[in-house]
Amino acid sequence: MKTRFSTLVVLGAVALVAFTLRPPRYTSDFDLAGFSGLPTLVNGRVKPLDTVARTSLLMLQGRQRVVAPDGRTATAAEWLLDLFYRPAHADEYQVFEIVHPDVLALLNLAPGDGAGQKRFAIRQFTSHLAELERQARLADAAESAERTPFQRAVVQLRDGVLLYQHLQSSVMAPGVDTFLTELAQLEQNLPAAVAALRSPETGQGHGSSPEAKGWLALGRAFTVMDGYAYLRVVPPPPTATAPNAWRTIGETWSATLASGQIDPAARAYAALGRAWRDAKPVEFNREVQALHEQLAAALPVPMRKAGLEARFNAAEPFYTAMALYVAAFLLAIFSWLKWPDTLGRAAFGLVGLAFVLTTAGILARMWLEARPPVTNLYSSALFVGWGAVALCLVLEYFFRNAIGSVTAGLIGFGALLIAHHLSLGGDTLEMMRAVLDSNFWLATHVVTITVGYSATFLAGFLAILYILRGVGTRTLDRTTADALARMIYGIVCFATLFSLVGTVLGGIWADQSWGRFWGWDPKENGALLIVIWNAIILHARMGGYVQQRGLAVLAVAGNIVTAWSWFGVNMLGVGLHSYGFMGAAFWWLIVFVGSQLAIMLIAGLPLAKWRSFARLNPTTSRRRGDATGALVVPLPR
Amino acid sequence: MPTPTLPADSSRPARAWRAIHGFFLSFKLTIVLLAFSMVLVFAATLDQVNLGIWTVQAKYFRSFVVYGNVGPIAVPLFPGGYLVGGLLMLNLVAAYVSRFAFVWRKAGILLAHFGLILLLIGELLSGLWQEDFHLRLNEGETRNYAESYRDYELALIDTTDAKVDDVVAIPEAMLSGKAAVQHPKLPFRVVPKIFYPNSVLQMRGPEGPAAIATAGIGPGILAAPQPETYRPNETNLPTAFVELLAPDRSLGIYLVSPQLDAPQQFTFEGHTWRLAMRRRRVYQPYALTLLKFSHDRYAGTEIPKNFSSRLRLTTPDGRDDREVLISMNNPLRYGGLTFYQAGFENNDRTTVLQVVRNPSWILPYVACALMSLGLLLQFGIHLIKFVRRRRAVVVTPPALA
Repeated sequence: MKTRFSTLVVLGAVALVAFTLRPPRYTSDFDLAGFSGLPTLVNGRVKPLDTVARTSLLMLQGRQRVVAPDGRTATAAEWLLDLFYRPAHADEYQVFEIVHPDVLALLNLAPGDGAGQKRFAIRQFTSHLAELERQARLADAAESAERTPFQRAVVQLRDGVLLYQHLQSSVMAPGVDTFLTELAQLEQNLPAAVAALRSPETGQGHGSSPEAKGWLALGRAFTVMDGYAYLRVVPPPPTATAPNAWRTIGETWSATLASGQIDPAARAYAALGRAWRDAKPVEFNREVQALHEQLAAALPVPMRKAGLEARFNAAEPFYTAMALYVAAFLLAIFSWLKWPDTLGRAAFGLVGLAFVLTTAGILARMWLEARPPVTNLYSSALFVGWGAVALCLVLEYFFRNAIGSVTAGLIGFGALLIAHHLSLGGDTLEMMRAVLDSNFWLATHVVTITVGYSATFLAGFLAILYILRGVGTRTLDRTTADALARMIYGIVCFATLFSLVGTVLGGIWADQSWGRFWGWDPKENGALLIVIWNAIILHARMGGYVQQRGLAVLAVAGNIVTAWSWFGVNMLGVGLHSYGFMGAAFWWLIVFVGSQLAIMLIAGLPLAKWRSFARLNPTTSRRRGDATGALVVPLPR
Repeated sequence: MPTPTLPADSSRPARAWRAIHGFFLSFKLTIVLLAFSMVLVFAATLDQVNLGIWTVQAKYFRSFVVYGNVGPIAVPLFPGGYLVGGLLMLNLVAAYVSRFAFVWRKAGILLAHFGLILLLIGELLSGLWQEDFHLRLNEGETRNYAESYRDYELALIDTTDAKVDDVVAIPEAMLSGKAAVQHPKLPFRVVPKIFYPNSVLQMRGPEGPAAIATAGIGPGILAAPQPETYRPNETNLPTAFVELLAPDRSLGIYLVSPQLDAPQQFTFEGHTWRLAMRRRRVYQPYALTLLKFSHDRYAGTEIPKNFSSRLRLTTPDGRDDREVLISMNNPLRYGGLTFYQAGFENNDRTTVLQVVRNPSWILPYVACALMSLGLLLQFGIHLIKFVRRRRAVVVTPPALA
């Protein structure tokens, strides 16, 4: 019966995960899934339009969900299609998040004007764009680390508006309302247009016919598009030598005016636009289908990757995993109060499932990027969580006391939450800058050091459990306390190994690329601090200067050291490693450090006040605890 | 464990020795020193925002004591990197020597700590021995020397022979002294008059103080001393006034500075001489020619993908004449020097290579291997023991340690 319950819970969760992994279904007559899977080159990487739509929405408004002007929830693909082909309609979407009161005042907006008090349509502040631009220029003059919150908000909004406009210019000429109609005319009269443009009179700009002037204006519009385009949606021609020679639509049409040859992809995007604008799903779907077949024949690998990436985006495995971690955490906590075996097994199963899901997600990202798992701050958050959960599963396998599951739920959820906030900066699969472009070092140094972070955090969170359970509950009996202390010690050993090896490997990488093994750069110092701290814990324990409680307190302090090395040094804004710069998270770091200090203070309560130990052996604990500060149960040497 | 057992001896020197010995051996000292080093590293990291990395290194790590300013007075605040590192090393070696007894159980710990000793020695040696230069090459240009980042020299070049230049280089340190410089190849003495470690030059107007220089371009130029800079992206530009003294007469006082574009020229006893202050040069027995510098970007972006320099390496004896490629993460090691891709200038037509001489560069690699192996071995032994005992006794699980 009991076994059946845990099996049921896990099977239910598996069914839920399977449900999220099914192909995305759209309730539209238009083949939005097909459109979402179309590839484009942007920021150096070929990715599906689905990713473009989702990351753009994240950057503009901090979430992927988007509400159409008629109040219906739209898909990211629909928003992108409207942005591309129905600009006036797209300007009604409330997708710009503006919260800073001074920025709102600058744009003459009130929170009440926006959806959810903070999301505005660009139409609502079009008339103030010039002033926004002027303020952003003023802010540009200041170093990014020295900008005021207002300046940062202004720059962020300006960048959002630019992104929005550049996205639009990728497929349509900005400010030309009849662009799609003019393109259709060009397609029908191409030989005449080319002849008119080739005639020397047109070249000199005088004595030409009104038609020729029209073609000339269209040609200029193409040049503008090419200059502004954010996306390169036209795949390289079969004759191209560089594999990434994707072109913009503007560039392609300019070439058409010269050669008289229409590129099939450029034509297809124009036809898609007309079908979308005129609400003709049959034609739309036919064009999408044809484009897919044509691209799949020419570029099989990028198309497979784009297809998988669109599926990956729709499945959102990391969000599902977050929910699973929360469920596992709650089940494991309850298992300490009631039905330890049943609930413990269920929690273990859920953690295992979430782990499999995050593993699959990380593997998918690795395949898409053709890189080792950690390439930027976002993926380091994913990997820190993944590594810690892997260790928790090992601990839980050996100890079966739900401690591994509770910690896994906590760290797994926390790491994914941090990752979510880091993803708001844009696409998380970035191209690697020159010095980082080394899969060997990314796979060795970066992975090892990140596992070191995982392990140090894990030791710290196990220690938090030890302290909070010991002080606040009566559930930390002697066996559990011993087991926890052993776990902490073992994980600290593991953390020492990985952070030391990772740090030294980093030194060797630095020797290979910068000509010195060690340069006292902030990030290097951060890694060194983790190593030293773990060494202090080990030596303090081996020298017998700390027992269980002291070990726990030191391990919690390890959380502070690691958080500083992971995020704090990036906030300094100096050094060779500051490519992971981030400003707003500073306060969260302070809050985290404060919470850890508070837990360390709580651990300082006399042992007689720890509810678990007071009950366990009041006389012994009072005597020993008060006299020496040592624990009731000394650790075996 | 903290205090080792020593033979009983009650005489006073022996007791004192035991106390000292015990102190340097103790775990407590290890922990205290480790804690000190954490504080030091943390403070140095924060101070980089104010001071820049070079000053921080000198102030915190390449020093015995860290001083701080209380008002105008420099007060010793904290032990510096040399002191903490040296004591740690002493502690480590003392423990190593006196506790060394090989048992398999501790083989990993021994190996790891030996690796740590090597690493510290390696860092000390690179601090003492490592020299950094840079090499700037335009496309098509050939050079057989690298230049110092921070040091200057006064070059006196006899250009009478069209084929061979005879160069005498006087280091900056001798120019800041007072002693006259004599050299068998120079038919005159060089007498330093005034030295500004950092300066600016401007054209001399009609008024202002009398010119110090009496020959060359100097009389038309006003040199103003400037405070020395320690910022990582600024360099000091010195100016010196030197008098050239022939046995019978003075050839005049010259103003020399790296800020002057062209060398100054004069003739003496039928020889034509050039005079210039330039970055200190280190000549190598081979030459490098830049064939092509490449700056690759990801398609459609400005994100740099790679920087690389294709060079031709030639030696005068003709033993080596081949093309080499230096790119990010792929330095060239040749003739005791390592060449790194460090930068580029001039619209991607000039490459800047960093040239490093570090005879001890191999030590960290060995240390890394030893430490990794040691820790793996140690924790592997623990883990196997843990799993075995765990299988044998499930009720009371033993410690990992």
